[in-house]
Amino acid sequence: MISADIQTVLPEIVLAVYAMLALIGAVYTTKDKAAPFLTWATAGLFVVLAGWIGMNGSGVTVAFDGAFVDDAFSRFAKVTILLSAAAVLVMGQDYMARRGLLRFEYPILIALAAVGMMVMVSAGDLMALYMGLELQSLSLYVVASLRRDSVKSTEAGLKYFVLGALSSGLLLYGASLTYGFAGTTLFSGIIEAASHEPSLGLLFGLVFLISGFAFKVSAAPFHMWTPDVYEGSPTPVTAFFATAPKVAAMGLFARVVWDAFGGVSGEWQQIVAFLSVVSMFLGAVAAIGQTNIKRLMAYSSIAHMGFALMGLAAGSVLGVQAMLIYMAIYVTMNIGTFAFILSMEKDGRPVTDIAALNQYSKREPLKALAMLVLMFSLAGVPPMVGFFGKLYVLRAAVDAGMAWLAVAGVIASVIGAFYYLRIVFYMYFGSDGDGVDTRMSPVGWTMLMGSALIMVVGVVNLFGIEPLAAAAAGSLVN
Amino acid sequence: METTILFAPLVGAIIAGFGWRMIGETAAQWLTTGLLFLAAILSWVVFLGHDGTTQHIEILRWIQSGALDTSWGIRLDRLTAIMLIVITTVSALVHLYSMGYMAHDDNFEGANYKARFFAYLSFFTFAMLMLVTSDNLVQMFFGWEGVGVASYLLIGFYYKKPSANAAAIKAFVVNRVGDFGFALGIFGLFFLTDSINFDVIFAEAPHLAETQLHFLWTDWNAANLLAFLLFVGAMGKSAQLFLHTWLPDAMEGPTPVSALIHAATMVTAGVFLVCRMSPLYEFAPEAKQFIVFIGASTAFFAATVGLVQNDIKRVIAYSTCSQLGYMFVAAGVGVYSVAMFHLLTHAFFKAMLFLGAGSVIHGMHHEQDMRNYGGLRKKLPLTFWAMLIGTLAITGVGIPLTTIGFAGFLSKDAIIESAYAGGTAYAFWLLVVAAAMTSFYSWRLMFLTFWGTPRGDKHTHDHAHESPAVMTAPLGVLAIGAIFSGMVFYGPFFGDHDQVNKFFGITHEETVADAGHGEDAAADDHAAATATEEGDHAAPAADGHAVAAPGQGAIYMAADNHVMDDAHHAPKWVKVSPFVAMILGFALSWIMYIWRPEWPAKLAEQQRPLYNFLLNKWYFDELYDAIFVKPAKALGRILWKVGDGKIIDGAINGLAMGIVPFFTRLAGRAQSGYVFTYAFAMVLGIVAILTWVVLTGGAN
Repeated sequence: MISADIQTVLPEIVLAVYAMLALIGAVYTTKDKAAPFLTWATAGLFVVLAGWIGMNGSGVTVAFDGAFVDDAFSRFAKVTILLSAAAVLVMGQDYMARRGLLRFEYPILIALAAVGMMVMVSAGDLMALYMGLELQSLSLYVVASLRRDSVKSTEAGLKYFVLGALSSGLLLYGASLTYGFAGTTLFSGIIEAASHEPSLGLLFGLVFLISGFAFKVSAAPFHMWTPDVYEGSPTPVTAFFATAPKVAAMGLFARVVWDAFGGVSGEWQQIVAFLSVVSMFLGAVAAIGQTNIKRLMAYSSIAHMGFALMGLAAGSVLGVQAMLIYMAIYVTMNIGTFAFILSMEKDGRPVTDIAALNQYSKREPLKALAMLVLMFSLAGVPPMVGFFGKLYVLRAAVDAGMAWLAVAGVIASVIGAFYYLRIVFYMYFGSDGDGVDTRMSPVGWTMLMGSALIMVVGVVNLFGIEPLAAAAAGSLVN
Repeated sequence: METTILFAPLVGAIIAGFGWRMIGETAAQWLTTGLLFLAAILSWVVFLGHDGTTQHIEILRWIQSGALDTSWGIRLDRLTAIMLIVITTVSALVHLYSMGYMAHDDNFEGANYKARFFAYLSFFTFAMLMLVTSDNLVQMFFGWEGVGVASYLLIGFYYKKPSANAAAIKAFVVNRVGDFGFALGIFGLFFLTDSINFDVIFAEAPHLAETQLHFLWTDWNAANLLAFLLFVGAMGKSAQLFLHTWLPDAMEGPTPVSALIHAATMVTAGVFLVCRMSPLYEFAPEAKQFIVFIGASTAFFAATVGLVQNDIKRVIAYSTCSQLGYMFVAAGVGVYSVAMFHLLTHAFFKAMLFLGAGSVIHGMHHEQDMRNYGGLRKKLPLTFWAMLIGTLAITGVGIPLTTIGFAGFLSKDAIIESAYAGGTAYAFWLLVVAAAMTSFYSWRLMFLTFWGTPRGDKHTHDHAHESPAVMTAPLGVLAIGAIFSGMVFYGPFFGDHDQVNKFFGITHEETVADAGHGEDAAADDHAAATATEEGDHAAPAADGHAVAAPGQGAIYMAADNHVMDDAHHAPKWVKVSPFVAMILGFALSWIMYIWRPEWPAKLAEQQRPLYNFLLNKWYFDELYDAIFVKPAKALGRILWKVGDGKIIDGAINGLAMGIVPFFTRLAGRAQSGYVFTYAFAMVLGIVAILTWVVLTGGAN
């Protein structure tokens, strides 16, 4: 029995063991000198694990009496998480090295966060959920303040920690309410208790749980930490925040509302739709006032999470599929965009002001073109892939009879298009400014160009993720 | 062969238009001209070898959508054959002429413009051929719009001149009015017959005459309404009264364009349309009366304006307008063959007059005001002779009561006799008076230009020179047409019935009866058919009158249409009247411009209001400006300033520059940086959601 359970969680165990061994090994040997190797090794392990999980898994396997679930949904999420984490890790190495930030703890913390995220999306029990979530969160609090000598970085880490603790408390309160009214922490038990005429206490538990998830996906009004933390953290860390943890939190969100509260979807659909609308509009409107590209990307991610939540709010298989596709596209776009942001510097110092991009196309036509593609894609301009991501969630919302939500989404995306296009405007038509250097490592260059290329080429068939996402959604909603 | 005729100009246009940089301007000119001559020769072969039966040549399947099923094809019958020779011959000659005329142009100093000009000309020719060869209404409409585009491009060829651009736009807009009617007519025909193919529509024509169509809150006779709508299209294209204002302004284009498009071919498309749709018009008596009325009025109106114009091209333009009115009268009274006859002869002599005028303008360094001409007979001898022949042709010189005379004598007199026989005194007398005025203004043009003493700039007169051979040679060819085309083609177009029927491929009654057409035909149609059947048996050659089913021949004349016979038997005074009118016009012109040259000025002084009325073209432009243009501009200004500027832009700008930034500032202020603010926001969010849950679903 126990060996079968171990078998199911083997990828997580491998990663955890690797992280602990690497930590001990590095501490007792070369310390920070091992960091480049560890970065690559961790990224390599991520890719190997992603391949392993993607190739091997099939069907639904439940471990530890239902506390851990391995199904198509969790596999889809895990592969996305691991690949994006690997990409962000190697992409930021050059930046970290040049700023003296390349500590050996960084890849190890990322690896531990990855373990937490993998547990999150596979959780079948409130305990497992909380453990995964906290493992991920604690790792992220630390990496946010990785630059200990910077006030902003430490401020970011502290703010994140305090607010994260608050949300953790809310989540725990929700979990205990749920346990109190359902009598079990297993999702399979909760769904029975909440199948028809759920008690108000259970619904309160649901609300508090959702508020905890909303904090993690930075959905408004639980988003306030996002701009400050994005701005203060070292850029590679910001890039990481914007990608893998979002997927994990969104996966957890979907997992809980479907696996534990699938019987009362009408109750949470309203809440999710509310979060979705507020996030989309807030992300779109607030980003207009930003000149710091990292803060801008923070609001951008808030708006994008609003769109992803729209798929969840639809309360259908198609909605979950749309959400998964949206998240995969979102992560790909963000990797490319952050590869560029990482390279923005002037005289060796990082630059984050978007006005520095004035006339950028004159100096670097190819990179400017790639950014143009990415910005158009983020804004949802056809025929870029980003447009199709939006199309999926809008269609899911319309099919679910939530046309008002789709209309709101379209309006928000029109408002939001402004700040993406403003970046393009600066690059191509801006007045002459100081300019910015964008020296890139080959890895960063590959990420930027690859991401932009995917946004164009992907329109053909989205690289076949559609059936995968459909299978994942099908395994979650049944 | 027909396909070659059709596509040779297109090939020329494409190569000259897009490829002249590769082959050079000179090569582009020769290529287009050569292809047009090829098309012209083939067209004559087709015309002379045509036996009158209708042939269908399918080029490709075109539209298959529901009930709409049509192919891109050529309908080759006598009408098409006539139009083929007219179009390709005049076009080929104009191409050749243009090589001389367009050799130097002050409007395009140092720029390349010749290849563009020839490409436009060839494109126009292609579109025009498309129009006349079409087998269905939509293909025809395609050609119809194609010539409209070509006309627009060529009127505005001197695009640096604001007046040329204005004229081009005017031509386009006025034609839109007509085209709207045409399009409605096509829609209506498709609505009622479920087809746009001519054969089907023609066969349905008798039924249409009994169908009522509800349109604009009224029940109309379908045949009359549709015929009227199609005629509105024809009015626009052929510059008939009320939609004529664009034609004089179109003279802003280069003169060869005026000769080809605005005299010989495009403007006659309306006449062609009416003749082509003759099976429909034969069942639409009221529409035909309307055509006669408009045609006669146009002939008269344009002639009066032509009397006092000073620009040599405008005189000829109004003359064209007037002659088109003649053609419509002929079509309106039901002798379509005569309309086509005048179309043919007019193409020759009017193209020649225009090209002659172009030669004068060319020789006089682009001076167009006749008051600055005079005594050019010796300077431009070849041009003079050509213009003289053209004038003799248009005024209708010939020997009365015979069929010997210049082209215009035979065709115009045939129209006037038909107008008399058609029974409308209004049309007859207007046309006779217009004939006198035609003679007057044509000779006035000749006298002012070639006789008398040189007026105007002395330097210009000293340097006046005859045009090169490429310009005078086309004049010579057209002169042959202007002299002989009337005499040669009198028989087939306006001879006895057998000859005309044979020429136009109109089959006899027996085949119709066999076709079982009588079953569903109307009672009176049936009776008429029976009556003529008896007549046919009793005395086949008594009056040579035979009836075919609609659509059997190139043109269709109903059983009760005896206008052509009546015209032949018109009284002698009727047949002589146009000749007398011509003599009177000539005499008056001679008196006023040779014998007493000071009289015209005096007369103009004495009759100042009348003179101004004519000089300002009956104030049509001013009237339209006040009725249509000004209100339209005012409306446009309101929609622009208020509707677009204030409401739409205001709303968008208000939203984008006022409301959204307000919320942006609000969001920025909420992002205070203090952790307690953030925590407070989270708590607020939870409270809001909890309240909602309690108030809605959770309460139960």
